[in-house]
Parts: sequence; structure tokens; C-alpha cells
Amino acid sequence: MRNLEYYRDLILVLTQKELKVRYKNNVFGYLWSIGHPLAFAFVFFVAFKVVMKIQMEDYSLFLIAGLFPWQWFSNSVVSSPTVFIGNTSLIKKVNFPRHILPFTMILQEMIHFILSIPVIVLFLFIYHKSPSFSWLYGIPILLVIQFMMAYGISLMLSSLNLFFRDLERLTVIFSTFLFYFTPIIYSESMVPKEYRYLINLNPLSPLMISWRNLFLNGVLEPTDLAISFAYSLIALILGYYIVYKRLSWKFAEVL
Amino acid sequence: MNEPIITFENVTKSYHLYHNVIGGVKNFLFDIPKAISSIKNSRFEALHNISFEVYRGETIGVMGRNGAGKSTILGLIAGVLKPSKGRVSVNGRISPLLELGAGFNSELTGRENIILNGVLLGLTRAEVINKMHDIIEFSELAEFIDQPIRVYSSGMVARLGFSVAIHTNPDILLVDEILAVGDVEFQKKCYKKMLDFKKKGVTIVLVSHSPDDIEKFCDRAIVVVKGEIGDIRRIASKPYFTNPESAFIRGMVN
Ligand SMILES: Nc1ncnc2c1ncn2[C@@H]1O[C@H](COP(=O)(O)OP(=O)(O)OP(=O)(O)O)[C@@H](O)[C@H]1O
Ligand SMILES: [Mg+2]
Repeated sequence: MRNLEYYRDLILVLTQKELKVRYKNNVFGYLWSIGHPLAFAFVFFVAFKVVMKIQMEDYSLFLIAGLFPWQWFSNSVVSSPTVFIGNTSLIKKVNFPRHILPFTMILQEMIHFILSIPVIVLFLFIYHKSPSFSWLYGIPILLVIQFMMAYGISLMLSSLNLFFRDLERLTVIFSTFLFYFTPIIYSESMVPKEYRYLINLNPLSPLMISWRNLFLNGVLEPTDLAISFAYSLIALILGYYIVYKRLSWKFAEVL
Repeated sequence: MNEPIITFENVTKSYHLYHNVIGGVKNFLFDIPKAISSIKNSRFEALHNISFEVYRGETIGVMGRNGAGKSTILGLIAGVLKPSKGRVSVNGRISPLLELGAGFNSELTGRENIILNGVLLGLTRAEVINKMHDIIEFSELAEFIDQPIRVYSSGMVARLGFSVAIHTNPDILLVDEILAVGDVEFQKKCYKKMLDFKKKGVTIVLVSHSPDDIEKFCDRAIVVVKGEIGDIRRIASKPYFTNPESAFIRGMVN
């Protein structure tokens, strides 16, 4: 019981710290967190709709429905390598559950994402659409799946980066790759037929497709859901049991 | 007094030297055989087969030259390091005064850092808030407590760290050369607090380079020499200067 309370407080206090440090308690912090994906959406809109004349209705809405959840994922992944390194003195001196650090980092990014959902709603209204009731269960389900995925990957990257310090650079390249190979700025149906089977080999594709379908059409495709859940479970098991559990006792030595 | 609270049984601690790997994925992949052999071979044995016990309520000093392995011993007690061989067992709640203010964030205020640090040291948030007043009072930093700690001097940060750590109700207090940071007044206060702890039956492990401190506080002293225990001496009668044991300790240190 005490243990549970301790974990809760640890997560609470560390998340509060992150939010305070990042925003120094001001509202502009919030604007930054939605400004970033909006800026991307604008750039892609200009490049693909205005210049290259992509054949799609409501392209800006389409972009936003995919970019917001992606932003949560990519921010989490890109900050992962520095999660433990950034807390060196703590890890060397105090014995506390270290996986709490990536956990709170992902949680904090998730909070930003949740806070940005009203912007998606706003865009829906602009295009004369409205949120669907299925969001009530759809959003929590996808939040859990994506949390597991991001947490698993984050445990891997943050642990391994202590042993391979150039992982940080590779992560940035890797996440850029992943972005363009995930149907976010284009739809699955635009992928040529002969390559379409490759889409689901990318663990992020079914998840991002699910988010967009949920936001735009209020639909959750069970197959997409099942595949992305399976990927997330694999990521979590790999990250926690295969990587983190085996390396964490060495953290204080290599930092 | 007879119940051991910390037990080291044939503990060996060796550090892998990961410099080749820390060179990065790139280096590792381009020279896998070399990287693997270097991981296997470059080990450094910081502690060699040491055994000792610390009893409940005892204050034990740990002395030795730089690099002898004192901090490694404390790291093993604190549980941040794992022994390579042998067994370390600890039965109690530890407050590590290894580095004051470990985990403080310079952007947060003193008050926010107290909560953060207190929880990291194992208290619940409600417990920290209950003790907030005492912690602030002990640190004598009431004026600055709502300022971000980046404006604190290093002594002030240390004071805050010390205050939090001693208010966590530890069974075991680990102290690694930290008493030198505060000013003279605050040092006196820390010593006094440690004596209070001693009276209350808290077990204290004190690493210090000062034979005077060791004599003043400790019931016994362990002298670490290049990863082995040179000697364990009981510090018996006082005054210290006529005590042959303390002469021995002075000899070891100088
Ligand atoms: N993380 C590490 N990786 C590799 N070697 C280490 C590591 N930490 C300590 N060592 C080595 O282990 C030995 C013991 O170090 P330790 O920090 O325990 O010494 P110490 O007695 O506390 O010294 P000091 O008086 O300077 O604080 C040293 O030779 C040091 O180089
Ligand atoms: Mg030391």
C-alpha cells in the first residue's frame, strides 16, 4: 500500500517538475506545445497541397489528425536518450526505481498531446464535422497502446544510450525515417498496391492510422487496433525485460 | 547493539571500463571483436573480497587514501551499486548523504526541491509537506526558500540537501565527505544533529579524511587500503591524542 502511494507521489512530483521546468508555469508553454505540430502541418500543407496539388479533401484536417499524435511519439523518442544521462547525480547516489524517469517523461508528453486535442476539435468544426461518441472509449484505448509503445522504446533507448553514447544522433535520424514511412502526410490508399503490404511492417503505421480514423471518422478498425497492440506489447517487453532489467543495475557505474 | 544492520560478506566489486563502448555504436560495429575483448579484459577491481559488519546504532568511520574504495563501499550500502561477488545485506531505511542536493533542479524553488528530493529519498508527498516547516527551519534558508535554487550559493544548496536528508527518518545515515561544505556555524549544527541521531540509535557510516571527525564520532573505524580492509579498529578511550588507536589512524592517513 505504502509502495503504491510512493510510486504515485514519485510520478506526480517528477511530472510536476518537468512541467514547471519546461513552462515555468506560463500559458505560452502550452502554445508552444501546439505550435510545433501546427507549424509542421502548415509546411506540409504548403508543400503538398498548394505546390504539389495533392488530391485529397480537407488535407489540413487530415494532417493535423495525424501530426498531433505523432508529435507525442516523436518527442518521447527523441528525448529518451538523455533521460538517464540528464539525471546522473540522482542515479549515482539515490536508489529509486529508475524506470520512473522515462515513465514520467512519456506521461508529460502525453499530457501535452491530450491538451492539444481541442485544437483538433476546432479544425473539425471548421470543416463542418464534429467529434464522435466513439472518442470516449477510442481515445483512452489508443492512449494506452501508444503509451506502452513509447515507454518500451524509451526504456530501450535511454538504457542503451548510457553504453553507446552516439545513440542520440541515430535516434533523430531513425525518427525522421519512421515519420516518412508512416502514413501521416499521405494516406494508406495512396501507397502503390505492390508496396501496401509493407505498411503494417512499420509498428507505428496501424497506430497512427487508427488515431486519424478515430479523429476524422469516429471509427476504430479492430485489425489496426490488434496489430498496434501487439507491436506495443512487444516494444514494452523488449524495453523493460530484455534491455532495462538487464542493464539498470549498471547505470550508476557507467554514468 | 548485537544485531548487524549492514553485512558485507566476501564482497568484490569490479568495474567494467566501458570506454570503447562509450565511443558509440559506430566504433562498436566497426570493430566488434576488439570491442568485445576489451569489455572482457578491462576490468578494475575496486574492492577485493572484503567482509565486515556494522551493528545497529553503531557509528562507523571509513578512511583511506583517494581511490581506495570508500565511495564504492557506500554505493554498495546505498544499493546503487551491485557487488560483483559476495553479498551485501542491509536491513533498514537509508538516507544517503552522498552528495548533497543530488537530484535538485536549479530552476525549481527551494520549497519545490524539498518536495522533489524528499519523495526521491523515499517519503510520500504528504510526509514531506508535514515536515516542510522543520526542514526549512533547520536549513535557515527561510528568506530564500521561494527562490529558484540557481540563485543559491553552493553552501546554501548543501544546507538544503542536508536538511532534507536528515528529515527522512533514516535507520542508516551514509555520510560521504560532506560536512566540509557549510560554514562553521552550520557544520556545528550538522555535527550536533548527527550526535542526536547517534543518541536515537541511528546507524551512521561516515567517510572522512579528517581523523578528528572520525575520533569525535565513531565507535569503530575501517581503514580501506587499495580495495582491501587494512584494519578495523575500535576507538576506545578518550582523550584521543593519547590514544594509541588514534595514533594508528593518523598513521594510516598520513
Ligand atoms: N564508475 C566507475 N568506473 C570505473 N572505475 C571506477 C568507478 N568508480 C570508481 N572507480 C574506481 O574505483 C576506485 C575506488 O573509487 P572510490 O570512488 O570508491 O574511491 P574513494 O575511496 O571514495 O576515493 P576519494 O577519497 O577520492 O573519494 C578508484 O580507483 C576509481 O578509479
Ligand atoms: Mg569518494
